[in-house]
Amino acid sequence: MASSVNTRKQNRLAKAQKEYSERAAKYKPKPPYLTNIVKAFLVGGAICAFGQLVSDFYIRVFGFTKETAGNPTVATLIFLAVLFTGLGIYDKLGQFAGAGSAVPVTGFANSMSSAAIEHRAEGLVLGVGGNMFKLAGGVIVYGVVAALVVSLIKWIIIKV
Amino acid sequence: MGQVMIAFLVGGAICVIGQVLLDFVKLTPAHVMSILVASGAILDGLGLYDPLIDFAGAGATVPITSFGHALYHGAWQEAERDGLIGLITGIFEVPSAGISAAIVFSFFASLIFRPKG
Repeated sequence: MASSVNTRKQNRLAKAQKEYSERAAKYKPKPPYLTNIVKAFLVGGAICAFGQLVSDFYIRVFGFTKETAGNPTVATLIFLAVLFTGLGIYDKLGQFAGAGSAVPVTGFANSMSSAAIEHRAEGLVLGVGGNMFKLAGGVIVYGVVAALVVSLIKWIIIKV
Repeated sequence: MGQVMIAFLVGGAICVIGQVLLDFVKLTPAHVMSILVASGAILDGLGLYDPLIDFAGAGATVPITSFGHALYHGAWQEAERDGLIGLITGIFEVPSAGISAAIVFSFFASLIFRPKG
């Protein structure tokens, strides 16, 4: 008997909660979908275009080939991203650009350096060392797992 | 100049995919990046990512998807050469520059800079 009273009470509560969240949803500002997409496109595209310029520079001035220019280009972009993160500029860019600054490899460097700087006060080993991959860890873990599974499947198909 | 424009368009388009996952599917940035990296590895396994790099240059190598492509590439190259053990010895070979640079620069940044805001 007591339990049925409880469930009825819960039902009433759940109904009230549902009504409330429906009413609240009407007044919640919707994310500006189109503006966000345009911003992400422009900033992300600009970072990639800049990467192309850096890569062309390494090919022309230091005689790298199209394939070998990738490493110094990525290292340069990562250096700049870490520098701008330290100066507090990259996070401002991130608030504006959303995925436009998170998706390029500079966003990966930003997630590592900002975590390292933020947790410096907790010590060099536990703070910096332990937290550097707090956000970037997912990228490494799922990149490695996906790459291993895919290449293992391909290996089995081709060699077995 | 044409190559820079193509890099801008393709790189921007990949970022738009990321923004759509953020806003419409309501994923966190960490989820979006993990999904894109895994997609890069899968696309490369299907042989689709190298043609994209040939076409778009930095538009395909700068987004985080190329990290998955690099992981898969190293693993597969060494697996073809050394057999199955190559999968685990080769996986970090190609993206090594990016990971090492990010670790070292981030470490020194944490010594030099103070948190902002």
